[in-house]
Amino acid sequence: MISFILILIVSAFFVGWINCAVSNFSGRKGPGIFQPIKDIIRLIKKGSVYSATSSFIFRIAPAVYLSTVIVAALFVPFGQEKAFLSFNGDFILFAYLLGLGKFFNIISALDTGSSFEGMGASREALFSMLAEPAFFILLGSLGLLTGYSSFYQIFNAIHYTFSVTSFISYSIGILAATIFFMLGIIENSRMPVDDPKTHLELTMIHEVMILDNSGFDLGLILYAGCLKFAVYGALIANLFFTSLFPLYLNVIIFFGIQYLYAVLIGTIESFIARFRMNQNPQFIFALSSVAALIYIGVMILIGKFS
Amino acid sequence: MAKLFSRSIVAVTFLIVIVSSYFAVKALVGQEQEIIVAGNFILGDIPLRIDALSAWMILIINFTVLTGVLYGVKYLEHYKDKVNNTVLHLSLIVVFHLSMLFVCIVQNFLAFLIVWEIMAISSFLLVIFEYWNKETIRAGINYLIQSHIGVLFLTVAYIWVITATGSKDFKAIQIFSQQVPSALSVTFFVLIFIGFGFKAGFIPFHTWLPYAHPSAPSHISGMMSGVIIKLGIYGILRVILLLKSDFVVIGVIILIVSMLSGLYGVMLAIVQHNLKKLLAYHSIENIGIIGIGIGLGTLGLGLKNDFLAITGFAGGLLHILNHSLFKSLLFYGAGSVYQQTHTLNIEKLGGLVKRMPKTTALFLIAAVAICGLPPFNGFISEFLIYSGLFSGLKSFNFSLSLFMLSAIVSLVLIGGLAILCFTKVFGTVFLGTERSEYAVEPREVSDKMIFPQYLIAALIIGIGIVPQFFLMSLRQTISLFVPTINTTSYSIYFNQINILANIGLTGGLILLLVFILYSVKKRSEKKKLISVEPTWGCGYVAPNERMQYTASSFVKNYVHLIEPVLSIKKSDVVIQDVFPSPQKYESSTYDKIEYYVIDKNVKLIKKLLYRFDFLQNGKIQYYILYGLIFIILIILYAYGESFLKLFLEFYKMF
Repeated sequence: MISFILILIVSAFFVGWINCAVSNFSGRKGPGIFQPIKDIIRLIKKGSVYSATSSFIFRIAPAVYLSTVIVAALFVPFGQEKAFLSFNGDFILFAYLLGLGKFFNIISALDTGSSFEGMGASREALFSMLAEPAFFILLGSLGLLTGYSSFYQIFNAIHYTFSVTSFISYSIGILAATIFFMLGIIENSRMPVDDPKTHLELTMIHEVMILDNSGFDLGLILYAGCLKFAVYGALIANLFFTSLFPLYLNVIIFFGIQYLYAVLIGTIESFIARFRMNQNPQFIFALSSVAALIYIGVMILIGKFS
Repeated sequence: MAKLFSRSIVAVTFLIVIVSSYFAVKALVGQEQEIIVAGNFILGDIPLRIDALSAWMILIINFTVLTGVLYGVKYLEHYKDKVNNTVLHLSLIVVFHLSMLFVCIVQNFLAFLIVWEIMAISSFLLVIFEYWNKETIRAGINYLIQSHIGVLFLTVAYIWVITATGSKDFKAIQIFSQQVPSALSVTFFVLIFIGFGFKAGFIPFHTWLPYAHPSAPSHISGMMSGVIIKLGIYGILRVILLLKSDFVVIGVIILIVSMLSGLYGVMLAIVQHNLKKLLAYHSIENIGIIGIGIGLGTLGLGLKNDFLAITGFAGGLLHILNHSLFKSLLFYGAGSVYQQTHTLNIEKLGGLVKRMPKTTALFLIAAVAICGLPPFNGFISEFLIYSGLFSGLKSFNFSLSLFMLSAIVSLVLIGGLAILCFTKVFGTVFLGTERSEYAVEPREVSDKMIFPQYLIAALIIGIGIVPQFFLMSLRQTISLFVPTINTTSYSIYFNQINILANIGLTGGLILLLVFILYSVKKRSEKKKLISVEPTWGCGYVAPNERMQYTASSFVKNYVHLIEPVLSIKKSDVVIQDVFPSPQKYESSTYDKIEYYVIDKNVKLIKKLLYRFDFLQNGKIQYYILYGLIFIILIILYAYGESFLKLFLEFYKMF
């Protein structure tokens, strides 16, 4: 339960942190870190414009999207504190829940009958499909390493074994963090896969899908994005908690890692250009090979590589 | 007259359903039924057994046929001028239903082949309902031939057992597999697997499916995809139940074929333009998922790993039910679309959500379910298979573990590709604006056609929200495969039930959250300014429906990636002059496996057989001569030896 509350707190200023980092790098004094959440609140209070082409799908999709992310956040544990929902194989449900949200996002984009939104939807569907295997291979390997199959048990076991096992387990932890990091970027359509600040609809993925959303709906979608960042940040943080520290120190680690994550995203956004759209599939699928590397590393570690 | 007749067909179906379900439910709670009908000297005694496996299949068949008949009776009212055909068609459904039930019950090799044949022929006749259509007849004949090639393999396998043991009871398989070395019993299994694989649609035996499903009327496609192909799975399961062999090898065989079927099915499904053909390819994909479950379970049996066996078989068996639900719902939805718009080409459809809202909502539920997304039923069975695969990762040596990993990756990719496919289908068929003028303004179909679809949708949601009850009712069936489920490994089973209960709870939580968020939004919108405007055209002021994203453009990136695997024909006219001229671009896909396995070989066989063309010269005298020569040859073959002896003795006398 504690992780859920912390994720909600971090989601309020995560995107603010990213923007802060970006404006610092470009030498500007950016908006405050609460600006994104203020925008969302403002949007929620506003009226809406609906496309005449759209149907009930378009009206219900943002609610489905946000609910899936909220429920997914309930699965994330906090070190040795159990998550709200936890059972064997919960990470499968976690991934599929995010998939459900994407499904509704895509069909809601197609509901408007716009050629631009169809384009974004097509890319989203393809890229998220390619990103999926990395997550499963990674969790499978972590499960293999620890012998468990739920988020809570896996992370818990890692905290106990990390201090005693070799360097390989550290490198596995870092590789795992890298994968979660990249997955978070892909899921939230950030650089270098997608550029949320681009000026041309033809080059967007996520932003172009929500062109027609406004008011309350847009607020829900934007908040779901913030929440998703915080969820992935929390997953990364879970790799670095230790059982040696008391709870409040782990909370500090949690915030530290979330901050680091946001700053890293901001750094990438400031210094790297977006990939060409047709190179994205290779990049995303290459993530699976990193995950496969972890799998082989784990195999060596537990001595089954025969 | 026709109305009265269709009502009586519904009544007869109800009666069959009630009687057979009574026995099935009895078997499912643990009372196996067995009657041995005394047969003649050719067939031998015919044992009729209903165990929990048969019972599970019988209940699935009953539900699908019942909804199919309710839907089909209304669907056929469209063919008012073809009363005779509809009457024949409806009566054949009863024959078809009964033959499927008997396939699950009869356990005598010869009698089984007979009911299997009745089922194949009756379904063939059901498929060619629109016989005036040349394509339909072609598809029907294709199906008939391929299902008979399957029968050929089954016959060979059965004759092998009958000659080895002298018994025609299915139980002879058990004795047979204990007698022969394991290499031979694996060979026997491969024969059976190919034989039933033709029915089930495993690759490379799947090529009849994408033709037969689109040609049949929609209720028949729903039933075919929902249950006929599952009977192939039933046959495989039945043999696994009786076989005593090297289950590791068998499990690996099933897993490899299933993984390839699943991936290949969905990869081809995405590029289809015909709605029902697309759904047919999805059946191949889902058979792959079921197969992964069964293969995992078999592997678990071979390795004496009860966790794998229980989750694998439970996932596979539950997916049989799940697929029959959402696939029949999808086909009924496609049928309603076809009836109203007279086209199945998804590029010509669009914007049906405003005209057929109920069909749209039902199709959406089925589409989400087939993608394996929570909170619907598809996720439940896939979850069981996943948990088996994940635990399999850690229990074996490197090669088997890597094998499990590839199964996980293929299952993940299947899920992702299914999402790509069904967002495409749902988006282009139902959403946006219409892409071409409809000949007749489409309207929502009658409530009587919607009603059976509601039944299916209720079950889809029910399995998603309270999955534990369905796993509980599978207990007897799983215990046939894994007897220890009632003793030592009960805790594994019990844990899975608890986990499923949690998943159901999560599903309920999502529905609740969506409801809350949506009603909050509705309430807040009352006070605000809500306006309806045209879709934002990014500054372009004259957009029209031709500028929408089409199904082909939606999957263009994907096609670009996947091109080496598929065979895609493109015809493209590039503008070369200064001024633009009319342009045309066409692309069509063809099944590569069909080309290499079926088309090429058929060509070779034809070439060979044409050499004997001279035999068929149309002169009746010649044909009588052939008959005579044949009779003489038979007599010589039968009595040749004694003739020879007689001749020799005659020779010695001199």
